[in-house]
Amino acid sequence: MKLVAFIEFLRRQLRRVVFICLGLLAVLVVVDAIPALVDKEHAHTRLEHLPGFWAVFGLLGCIALILLSKAFGHAGIMTREDYYDE
Amino acid sequence: MNEFWLHPALVLILGGLLLPLVPARLRKPYLLLIPALAFARAMLMPRGVFGEVHFLEWVLVFGRVDALSSVFGYIMGLMCLISTLYALHVEENGQHIAAWLYAGGALGAIYAGDYLTLFLFWEVMALSSVFLVWFRRGPESLAAGFRYLLVHTAGGLSLLAGIVLHCKAGGHGWSFDALDVHHPTLAAYLILGGFLLNAAVPPLHAWLPDAYGEGTFNGSVFLCAFTTKTAVYALCRGFPGMEILVPLGVIMALYGVVYAVLENDCRRLLAYHIISQVGYMVAGVGLGTQMAINGACAHAFAHILYKGLLFMGCGAVLHMTGESKFTELGGLYKKMPLTFVFTLIGGLSISAFPLFSGFVSKSMIVQAGFDQHLLWAGFLLNLASVGTFLHTGLKVPYFIWFGKNQCKTATWERAAEPPWNMNAAMAVAAVLCVGIGCYTPYLYQMLPYPVDYHPYSSYHVSETLQLLLFTAVGFFLLIKKLEPEPTISLDMDWFYRKGARAFYWLARRPLQFVDTCVGEGYRLAGLIPLMFSARGAGQFDNRIIDGFVDGFAGAVAAFGRRLRRVQRGQMQESLSLSFAVVALLLVGFLIIFTRVAR
Repeated sequence: MKLVAFIEFLRRQLRRVVFICLGLLAVLVVVDAIPALVDKEHAHTRLEHLPGFWAVFGLLGCIALILLSKAFGHAGIMTREDYYDE
Repeated sequence: MNEFWLHPALVLILGGLLLPLVPARLRKPYLLLIPALAFARAMLMPRGVFGEVHFLEWVLVFGRVDALSSVFGYIMGLMCLISTLYALHVEENGQHIAAWLYAGGALGAIYAGDYLTLFLFWEVMALSSVFLVWFRRGPESLAAGFRYLLVHTAGGLSLLAGIVLHCKAGGHGWSFDALDVHHPTLAAYLILGGFLLNAAVPPLHAWLPDAYGEGTFNGSVFLCAFTTKTAVYALCRGFPGMEILVPLGVIMALYGVVYAVLENDCRRLLAYHIISQVGYMVAGVGLGTQMAINGACAHAFAHILYKGLLFMGCGAVLHMTGESKFTELGGLYKKMPLTFVFTLIGGLSISAFPLFSGFVSKSMIVQAGFDQHLLWAGFLLNLASVGTFLHTGLKVPYFIWFGKNQCKTATWERAAEPPWNMNAAMAVAAVLCVGIGCYTPYLYQMLPYPVDYHPYSSYHVSETLQLLLFTAVGFFLLIKKLEPEPTISLDMDWFYRKGARAFYWLARRPLQFVDTCVGEGYRLAGLIPLMFSARGAGQFDNRIIDGFVDGFAGAVAAFGRRLRRVQRGQMQESLSLSFAVVALLLVGFLIIFTRVAR
C-alpha cells in the first residue's frame, strides 16, 4: 500500500525529516520577526510583539502541562485499573 | 399554526420505530434514507414559529426555527447521517433505534420554543442515549450506564425545578428565551445547573468520560455530538453574557487537558477533550458578544464534525482490534493506515491547525476574549490549545499508530482497516473538516450574527503555527514522560462511586444494626408477652372451655348409653313402659301438688 510505503520511507529518513522540521521551525520564527511578512497590528499585548513569542509560549506551555499534570497524576490521582472493582 | 409542519425529530423517531418492520434487503437503504430525510428537512425548513400545540393550559411550541436553532439543527442532522453511515453494518436494530431517538431528542430540544417541550426532549435524550452505552453489554458498561442515567436524572430534576419556579412562581410564562443574567434568581441557577451538567462543566462533568469511554464503538460517535452541544445551544439561548461562564469555560478547557495527559484509554482521552473544547464554547457564551456567540456556534459546528471523526477513528481501532488502551496498542500504521490519516485530520482540526476547521472557529472565541480585554482568558485558552494539540494531534496518533508496538498477538492479527461504510463516514467528516477550514463562508454564513472576522491574517497564522509546532517540539522532548501507564484517573465520579459504597456500608452496618435492635426490642417487648398471653388463653380454652364442653357431651353420651339398655326392640313393651313411667310421674306430681296446695 502506497500510504504505508510512504510512512516507512519517512521513518527510514527520520534524521533528515527531523532536520528539515527543525529548519522549518527556525524559518517560522524568523518570518515572525519580519514586520513586512507578519503584521502584528492585531497583537493584544506588548509581549506578543517579541519575535517568536508564541513559539516560546507553546514550548514552555507544553512542558509545563506535561510536568504539572504528571505530578498531579502521581500525587494520588492515577491509580490501579481495578480500583473500583473491589 | 394549523397547517401541517413536519418536525425533523419526528422523521427520526417514527423512522426508528418502523425500522423492525423493514425487510432485510431494504434495511441498509432505509438506514441511510431516514437520517438523510431528517437532515434535508432540518436544512430546508423556513424560518418562523411552527408546530404550536395547545395542551391543557399550555401552548407547546415544537418548532422555533431561527438563526440560532437552524445552525445547530443543521449540524445535528448532518452528524446523525454520518454516524448512521458509520454504523451501517451494525445488525442490531435496537442500536439504530436508540441512536435515532437520541438524535431526535436533540433536534426536538433545539427547536423547542418553550420550556416544557425543551424538558420533554431533554429527557428523551437522556433515556435513549443510555442504551448506546448499555448495548456494549459488558458489566462495566452496564454500571457506567446506570451512573450516567442517575446523574442525568439529577440534572433533569434541577432543570424541571428551575422551570417550574421560573415559569409558574416567577410568572414569566413558559417561553424559552434569554433569562436575566445580571440578576439571576434561584430558578435561573437551577435551570443553569441542568444545562451545565449536560455541558459537562466541572464538577458536574465526570459522567462524560465515564459513559463515553464505555459506549459501543458507534454509540460513542453519537454521544460525543449531541448531549453537550444541545447544552451549549441552551446556554446560548438562555444565558448569553452570564459572566460566571467565562471562568467556568476556561477551567473546563484546562481541566480536560490535564486529565487527558493522564489517560490511558484513547476514547476516555477524547472524552476529556470534549470537556476542554466545550469549555471554549461555554466561555464564548459567557463573553456574550455577537462575535463570541458566533464563535460558540461555529466551534460547536466544527467540534461535532472533528470530534465525531476522532471518535470514529478510535472506534474503528476498538472495533477492529478490541482494544482502546494505549498500553495495548501501537505500531498500527501498517494495518490501519487510512484510519490513521482520518484520525490525524480530526486531530489537526481540533488543534486549530490552519486549513482545518478548528482554526476558523476556535479563534473567534479567543479573539472575542481579547477584544473584551480579558487577557487572562485569551492566554489560558491558548494554553489549552497547546494541550489539545499535545494529546489529540500528537499523543493519540503516535501511541496508537506509531510508538512501541504493545499489541498482543491476537490484537495484531485482528487489526485491519474497518468496513467500507466506516471508512466512507470518516472520509465525509474529514472532507468537511478540511472544507470548513479552507472555505470559511460555508460555516460563517450559517451563524446567527453577521461575521466580520478574517481568520487567515498573517499574524494569526504565524501565532498558531508557532504555538502548535513548538508544542510538537515539547512533545518529542518529553515523550518518555508521556509513555502511557496502565492506570485510571480518579475524578469527581469518585465521590458518588465511593459515596454509593459508603451508603451501602451505612445500610449494611449502622442501619442494619438499628434495624436489628428495633426487631429484637419488638420481639422482647411485644412478641414474647403476646406469646405468653396467647399460650394462657390457649390453656384456658383447652382445659376450662373444652373440659366443660367435653364433660357435658360425655355426660349426655353416658345417659344415652344407659337409656339405650332400656330399649330392647319390643314396641308394645317400650310403649307400656313409657306410659307407666309417665303415669307414675303424673301421679307423683299430683300428690306433691295437692300436698303443697293444702
